[in-house]
Order: sequence, then C-alpha cells, then structure tokens
Amino acid sequence: MIIKNKTIVADDWTVLRLQEQDTAEETIVSAGKIIVPLKVWRAQRETLQQRQDIGVWLASDERAEDLKGDIQKFSVIAVDFPKFSDGRGYSIAYNLRARLGYKGELRAIGDVLRDQLFYMQRVGFDAFVPRPDRKIEDALKGLSDFSEVYQTSFDPVLPLFRRTQRKGNSAAGTLND
Amino acid sequence: MYRYDEYDQQIVNERVMQYRDQVRRRLSGELTEEEFLPLRLQNGLYMQIHAYMLRIAVPYGLISSKQMRMFAHIARKYDRGYGHFTTRQNIQFNWLKLEDTPDILADLASVEMHAIQTSGNCVRNITSDEFAGVAQDEVVDPRPYAEILRQWSTFHPEFAYLPRKFKIAISGGKEDRAAIYAHDIGLAVTKNAQGEIGFRVLVGGGLGRTPIIGSEICEFVPWQHILTYVESILRVYNEYGRRDNKFKARIKILVKALGIDEFKRRVEADWADLKDGPGTLTIEEVDRVASFFSDPSYETLTDHDAKLNEFKADSRSFSNWLSRNVRPHRIPGYAIVVLSLKKPGDAPGDATAEQMEAVADLADRYSFGELRITHKQNLVLADVRQKDLIRLWQEASGHELTTPNIGMLTDIISCPGAEFCTLANARSIPLAKVIAECFEDLDYQHDIGEITLNISGCVNACGQHHIGNIGITGVEKKDHDEWYQVSIGGAEGNDSSISKIIGPSFTFNQVPEVIERLIHVYLRERMETERFIETVRRIGHAPFKEHVYATGFMAQEEKVAGKYIVESAQYEIPYYSPRF
Ligand code: HEM
Ligand code: SF4
Repeated sequence: MIIKNKTIVADDWTVLRLQEQDTAEETIVSAGKIIVPLKVWRAQRETLQQRQDIGVWLASDERAEDLKGDIQKFSVIAVDFPKFSDGRGYSIAYNLRARLGYKGELRAIGDVLRDQLFYMQRVGFDAFVPRPDRKIEDALKGLSDFSEVYQTSFDPVLPLFRRTQRKGNSAAGTLND
Repeated sequence: MYRYDEYDQQIVNERVMQYRDQVRRRLSGELTEEEFLPLRLQNGLYMQIHAYMLRIAVPYGLISSKQMRMFAHIARKYDRGYGHFTTRQNIQFNWLKLEDTPDILADLASVEMHAIQTSGNCVRNITSDEFAGVAQDEVVDPRPYAEILRQWSTFHPEFAYLPRKFKIAISGGKEDRAAIYAHDIGLAVTKNAQGEIGFRVLVGGGLGRTPIIGSEICEFVPWQHILTYVESILRVYNEYGRRDNKFKARIKILVKALGIDEFKRRVEADWADLKDGPGTLTIEEVDRVASFFSDPSYETLTDHDAKLNEFKADSRSFSNWLSRNVRPHRIPGYAIVVLSLKKPGDAPGDATAEQMEAVADLADRYSFGELRITHKQNLVLADVRQKDLIRLWQEASGHELTTPNIGMLTDIISCPGAEFCTLANARSIPLAKVIAECFEDLDYQHDIGEITLNISGCVNACGQHHIGNIGITGVEKKDHDEWYQVSIGGAEGNDSSISKIIGPSFTFNQVPEVIERLIHVYLRERMETERFIETVRRIGHAPFKEHVYATGFMAQEEKVAGKYIVESAQYEIPYYSPRF
C-alpha cells in the first residue's frame, strides 16, 4: 500500500536497489513494473526504453538535470531519502517539477515519515511510500497538518501575499489593547 | 509592531496541535528519540543536562509588553522563575518538562508567539538591529523586510532539512548592529544612487569551530528580488552543502570550498529561473507589512531638557547611566534606553519573572508598550521621552536594571556553559560573574572605555567569542578540568574581525588576572581616545602576550572555585552529564 493523491491505494511497482556485488550494466531488470536506479537507467537505456513499465529513482546525491532529456519517458519517478534528515530530495523534487516540468507521478521512497509529508507534497511529491514499520493511516494524517502556507513552492505556487488580501495595520490595532 | 492576522494565527495554532501530537507520540513510544529529535529541534526544544530547554523566537528582537508578561508567566508556572535572553535576541527557559511544552506553546500562541525553527537544521529566527526604526544613522528600516523574511522562511518546505542550521541577520543603519558579517546570510538594506531600496548580500559568515567573515555575493539586489535571491542561495546550499561531516556542513565551508565566484555563479544560474517569478515581492505586500512599523504617535518635543541637566549635575549615578545606557533617538526630545541585564554577580542575560513584569510596565508607561532584546543580551526601550528619563531611571533602578555598563567591560556576553549545556568543556556563567565582580569599579570601567568580552563554554561559539575584543573559550583537556583559551582582536559591526588566541590556556582562577593584564597593557599603550580594539590593531598581539605570560599566576584557588554551582534538578532528570 502507498499514499497517492491523498488516499491509501494498492501499488504494484517494485523498486530495484543495487546490492554491493551488482553493477549497473549487468544487473538484471526483471519483468513487470519496476523502478530502477538512475545508474541502471543510464547503463541499460537502449533496452529499457523499449519497455512501458519502467520507472526511475534518484538518489539524494543525484540531480534532477541528470534526467533532462528523458523526463517525459516515465510515468513514475521516485526520489530516495536515505535518512529523513537528508533534505536534498526536496530540492530534487522541486527542480523536477518546477524547472523540468515533469508531470507524472513523483514518489518519495526510503526514510519517509509522517512529519515530512506536508513538506514533501509542497515541493511536488504526490505519492509516498512511508517506512514499512509505521502505520500508513497515521502517515496520511501528516498531509493535512497545516491549512495555510506562506511562501511559493511547487504547490501552491503562489505565495500567500499573491493569493489573498491580507490586512495592514489600520485594521490590526495594538497587541496591548 | 507586526500583528498576526487570521493566517498567521492559524498557522501557529496548527503548529501547536501538530507539536502536541508529536510529544504524545514520543511519550507513548511511537516515535524513537532519534526520530523525535529533529522534530523537537525544529521547535526549539533541546535536552540539556538537567532538563529540557525551550528557545522561544522573538522575531528580530521586537516584543510587546503583553508578550513579555507571558514570559514572566511561563517562568513562574513552568520554570524556576527566570529566563535567559540570548545573543540571537531570543529567550530560553532552562528547566522545563517535556509534558508541559505543548501547553507552553499554546500559551505563547495566545500572544502571537512561537518557538518555530529556533533550532534544528533549518532557517532560524531572523535577527536584526535592536535600534531599528529609531537609530539616527538608519538608511532603511529593516523591520518590514525582517518580517517578510520571517514569513517566507516559516515552514519553507524545501529547506527544513538543510545540511546544518542557517542564520540570517539584517541591518539597515550605516553602522551594522546586527553582526551581519557573522551570519550565514547577512543583509544590509540600503539605497542605490537612484534612491531605490535594495540589499547588499553577504554569504558564508559564521562562527563555531571555523570562524569566517561573510563575503559579498551581491552588491545590490533590488527589494523585489530579495526572497527569490535568498531562495536560490538556500537551494544551492541544500544541494551542495556537505552532509558527511557535521563540522563541515555550514554554508561557510561550501562557499570557501567553491570560492565566492563559483558559488555566486551557481546561485545566479538558479536564480535566473526564479527572477520575476511568483516569489517576487510586490509593493502592496511591502507596504502592508511596513504599515505595522509606522511611527508611534510621537509628540513634538525639543531636545534639551533643563531638569535633566540639573539632575545630571546632582546625581553621579544618573549621569553615568545617561552617558552609558541612553542613546540618541532620531526624533527630537526622545531617547533610546538600554536596560542592562548585566549586573555584576548575576548571570548575563538572565531576567527574573519580576523583572520581566517590571520592564513590561515600564514599556507601557514610557515606550508605547514595546521592547527589544539586544544581541548583547540586554533590553531596550526604544521610544522614551527625554523628560521621562529621570523617573524611568528611578523606577528601573528599583529592579536592578540600570547598571551603567552598556558597552563596557562588565557588559559580558556569555553562553550557558557547562552547568546547562551537554557540549560544554567549561563553565561560562560563573566565569562571567567572577570577571564582572573583579571589574565592578565603575570609574575603572569607564576609564577602560568601550570594550567587548565574550565567553563560550566550547568551540561552538554560542557566546560569539571570535567577535569579542576579548574572547574566552572553554577548551578540552585530557584531565577533564576546566581550561580556557583567551583571544583578542575580534570585533563586530562594520569593521568585523576574528580574534586570535594569545597562547596556552588558563585555569578558571587565572582568567580574571589574565584580563587584568590585558587591560594593563592597553592602558599603558593606548593613544588618546583609542579604544581597546584600536590599540590591539595598532600594536599587535605581541605586547599583550608578553605581559600576560611574563610572570606566574598567584594561586587564588579557593577564592573563586566552586562559588557558583547551580543546584541540581528537583524532579526526575532525563539526562545526566558525568561532569556533574
Ligand atoms: C545550551 C544549549 C545550546 C546548545 C546545545 C547549542 C549548540 C550550538 C552549536 C552546536 C553551535 C555550533 C554550530 C556550528 O558551528 O555549526 C552553536 C552555535 C551558536 N549558538 Fe548555540 N547552543 C546552545 C545555546 C545557545 C545560546 C544560549 C545562545 C545565545 C546566547 C546560542 C547562540 C549561538 C550562536 C550565536 C552560535 C554561533 C553561530 C555560528 O556558528 O555562526 N546558543 N550552538
Ligand atoms: S558555546 Fe558550547 S558550551 Fe556554550 S552553549 Fe554553545 S555549545 Fe554549549
């Protein structure tokens, strides 16, 4: 089960992670819907691009631009969070969406916990695979922690001051009244 | 000052709810301490030696009397009757229970306050000039921009898990009073030749174990573009900052590794896509926010007050206070008053609940109900009528807030040190107290003149010892005893510099004598009105070093050692350092 478009749904993608002994060139990409590491995509591009059931995932030290020419080939791109404290994935997601115009599913994988989900959806993730030792129902709640936000990002793109009419001082009075 | 509208209030209220739930999950074991750590840190909650410490944001140091009274309430109800004002213009409470913290945040939210992003690897509370809006040398009032940046950085989704903490300071005067050179980003609001407002942007300054003065990345970013420009700096840092080594993770290390030119190239390449986009500021928004910082209803007054001069002649203590703690105001007939939290013998920056209430009352009576917290850990009443100064002085004296030592040797900046902090190598506050007591004599202090003395209990530099004219740092030694390094030549402001260590370290008991010897050399060598820092710059370190190490130190062991020990916690201790 994963969270997708704010609901819990079944999912049939698998994620390929290379083991120590595997090389990007030689590792076998099994049949069926599979999300492969960027390295594998690059090494086996010729064969993989024949298939319709390939997704790709980026590690946190890889960059959105690395996918530039290929981006529209995928219906799923995932970004891996090796540790919840590694925040590079947020910029990768923002760049994929805002700069490269990626429109397909953007999935957060790895150390994905409830309290990150609100931020993740703002930078453009729309699918989340919470860590398997946690209740997915709880993680879902993380998406609605806040009902307003201040600044521009991918979603919403307009900062609060461009979306609403906010009051200036004359209406505010002083705090010590 | 800025007032929350329904959006601000809702965001802060929702934060309280979110945090309450996080604490519940931690207490029930659903969250491990490792997972809870970044969550509580993004909410200013540290685990110290005896208890939890909560750091509350005072955005750019500006606070109303009502908010100050809430601090007094928190100090009484949840803490031990006092709080600690910090060099980053915030307040910390040292003796809290985890279970109480959600209620404290709810109390704070009721007066438009929070503890959001006061620690953790995110954009921290933004600091500014404590004399903003009232200083005579002001070019542009930085407060509206500080508030705009506060909102922009609050829960920024992309920059909540940066490689390391990120501090932004902003100043708008000719003289920098916000230490913008010592911040990850330093902003100076200014005007160009055409009179248009914009920002000089510095990047990569910071203290800690690798002190570096910030470099200029852009001479002038027009005001419309400041948010997107800062966003691009943050993004480049988020993408390329080191994450493999905590000690090399600050932006200053990245800027140094790439060089400012390459760093700037990456920032501006990123910014090219953002410029003129939705993050661009509008004049309506700047005007809206600025409307909260318009002048209070000043009276038309003149500067010279005969009564004041008369009283000055009569009372030496008043006249000392006037010359040391009162600063000129941009409006005739008004003055800026600095209330000292540096009474010798007290912990620098500490205020009791009674003092908090007293200053709130003073603010209501004499300064339009507002106060500021300075980065030197004092308080400011920014808009006092000169004709009220005598009464104000009398009343504030009753609360021990008028020590005439602002900018003097006993106006010491100190971090919490070993009694509170798990990272410390040595105590800071007791040392500050001992030094202040040794130099209590006012005539002597006034003879020494302007000087800054900063103490940190370890290399992390929370006491900003690198930019003190005299800096003291607790250092690690094998024997686990307390040792201190002494450095001189640091400064903040327009002529910022990083201090240099004078030589081998000293014991706790030797430090006051070391300071005495440094001062001796200064008084011997100074020319005319030269300040300590100017003498150091002119004659260099050698004469100081020579004199300090010339003869041995008297063993004054019992005199000071162990004089100031904090009583241990009276409830269950969540963490206990082997040191105590
Ligand atoms: C006792 C709790 C505290 C802990 C655990 C703590 C921890 C730290 C650490 C680890 C650093 C170094 C960061 C780095 O180099 O990357 C630091 C820097 C700093 N802290 Fe604290 N701190 C504490 C209290 C304070 C207090 C009370 C103040 C203000 C009075 C303060 C103000 C600062 C400042 C100004 C810096 C230097 C910023 C820089 O490196 O650029 N901290 N703190
Ligand atoms: S300087 Fe060191 S001892 Fe002092 S508060 Fe910071 S981390 Fe603790």
